[in-house]
Amino acid sequence: MAYSDKVIDHYNNPRNVGSLPKEDPNVGTGLVGAPECGDVMKLQIKVNEESGVIEDAKFKTFGCGSAIASSSLATEWVKGKTLGEALAIKNTDIVKELSLPPVKIHCSVLAEDAIKAAVTDWKKKHGDGLTS
Amino acid sequence: MVKLPIYMDNHATTPLDPRVLKAMMPYLTDQFGNAASRNHKFGWEAEEAVEEARRQIAALIGADAREIVFTSGATESDNLAVKGVAWMYREKGDHIITAVTEHKAILDTCKHLEKEGFRVTFLPVDSKGLVDLDDLRKAITDKTILISIMTANNEVGVIQDIKAIGKIARERGVLFHTDAVQAAGKVPFNVNEMNVDIASLSAHKFYGPKGVGALYVRRRNPRVLLTPIIDGGGHERGMRSGTLNVPGIAGFGKAAQIAREEMPKESAEMFRLRERLRTTLERELDEIYINGDLQRRLPGNLNMSFAYVEGESLLMGINDVAVSSGSACTSASLEPSYVLKALGVGEDLAHTSIRFGIGRFNTEEEVDYVAGRVTEVVRRLRELSPLYEMAKEGIDLKSVHWATEA
Repeated sequence: MAYSDKVIDHYNNPRNVGSLPKEDPNVGTGLVGAPECGDVMKLQIKVNEESGVIEDAKFKTFGCGSAIASSSLATEWVKGKTLGEALAIKNTDIVKELSLPPVKIHCSVLAEDAIKAAVTDWKKKHGDGLTS
Repeated sequence: MVKLPIYMDNHATTPLDPRVLKAMMPYLTDQFGNAASRNHKFGWEAEEAVEEARRQIAALIGADAREIVFTSGATESDNLAVKGVAWMYREKGDHIITAVTEHKAILDTCKHLEKEGFRVTFLPVDSKGLVDLDDLRKAITDKTILISIMTANNEVGVIQDIKAIGKIARERGVLFHTDAVQAAGKVPFNVNEMNVDIASLSAHKFYGPKGVGALYVRRRNPRVLLTPIIDGGGHERGMRSGTLNVPGIAGFGKAAQIAREEMPKESAEMFRLRERLRTTLERELDEIYINGDLQRRLPGNLNMSFAYVEGESLLMGINDVAVSSGSACTSASLEPSYVLKALGVGEDLAHTSIRFGIGRFNTEEEVDYVAGRVTEVVRRLRELSPLYEMAKEGIDLKSVHWATEA
């Protein structure tokens, strides 16, 4: 169980911890994973309706250090991106950035899923949605 | 100031007691003889050391020295006990009874024997971790040749009613093996008082060296015979061939002697420190749960679930403290602890469990430091936990439809 420096850094200083009001029409919430599986991630994005740019992102994660780091990194990366750009983030990018070992790849998959779920939730609130 | 890191994982292994190292040193240096060499001084010295250790280990468990068979460790002892009985008594019967919370050295050995055609009953345990004696009685058939139930569990520290189990086995004419690895040297364990026929022991669990263990094999009433699992020179009354690990055995004997002499005082101190840790954590944190029975438990064991905080992330936060977790993430299998599952601990809580193993060399200062660190990290990680937030909002987590398949 040797963690990379970046995982340790995100674990010790997680970025963008917290919650956005989930009823806010400009907020999209993604909740993925399950307590029985040992990982639950909640990732929220606040989207500027005009520009389609993610202005803010917050997360909370129940999971191992790699899961916390993956979701922390995901919030960092989605900020300032358009929905389309956010959806283009792949789990393999997270694996690479955090040097996750094979046994922790599922953490990165979950973070990618959390981004997708948050975008989907936002789009649902906006009916037509912005094409990505 | 406490010295860091703190070792509090004494169920995994224990540090070597300096007195044990001292007893081993001659056999690692000048007195290097082979205990099987019968015709020179080097051999005699080695043999003498082995026989002294045999007496010391026998004294710890109330056995006769001739009933101690040295092995490479507890896994080998468990294999020898179960396979040895199964193969020796195959004509008498083909049925073995064990329990779901046994160590893998027993469970996997039993599974191996199933492939050879033996039938194995894996008894369940209750929420306290205890085997139901009526379940045991009902499971015995005229084909049952062995009951193997551990004395104390390595994860939750729960101590079975070995005396009663042994009595049942004796009454039904079935041999009784117990994996006493965690119990021996920590709590009173006497093979005659407890009706035990075969018992596995390991040196490194009570401040002896790694790589040496023993199997107690009863010589009379009843006389137990085992088919060896290793063939060779016929050492150890033909039950375990292989040149004896003389320095390891000398250390094992010394460790047994120390454990026997200091047990009353030491177990009381372990218990005091364990209770101090438990009560401090319970005072500081809400929603923490003890896994396994608190009364029938090893004095140094505390296995606790910290709801809403995943175990590995907690370990990462208390990285100057060595403990272990029942969380899936700390194992290669990605499955949470099968022992906790057998106790009916939900997988959600199994992922949040930590096992503290207090040992001979832990101090009150260390216990206080650990309690403080755990409290601090649990609080921090709960602030980070979506589950804690949802629970505080009054959401029943069991009612949430989790998208388990992403």
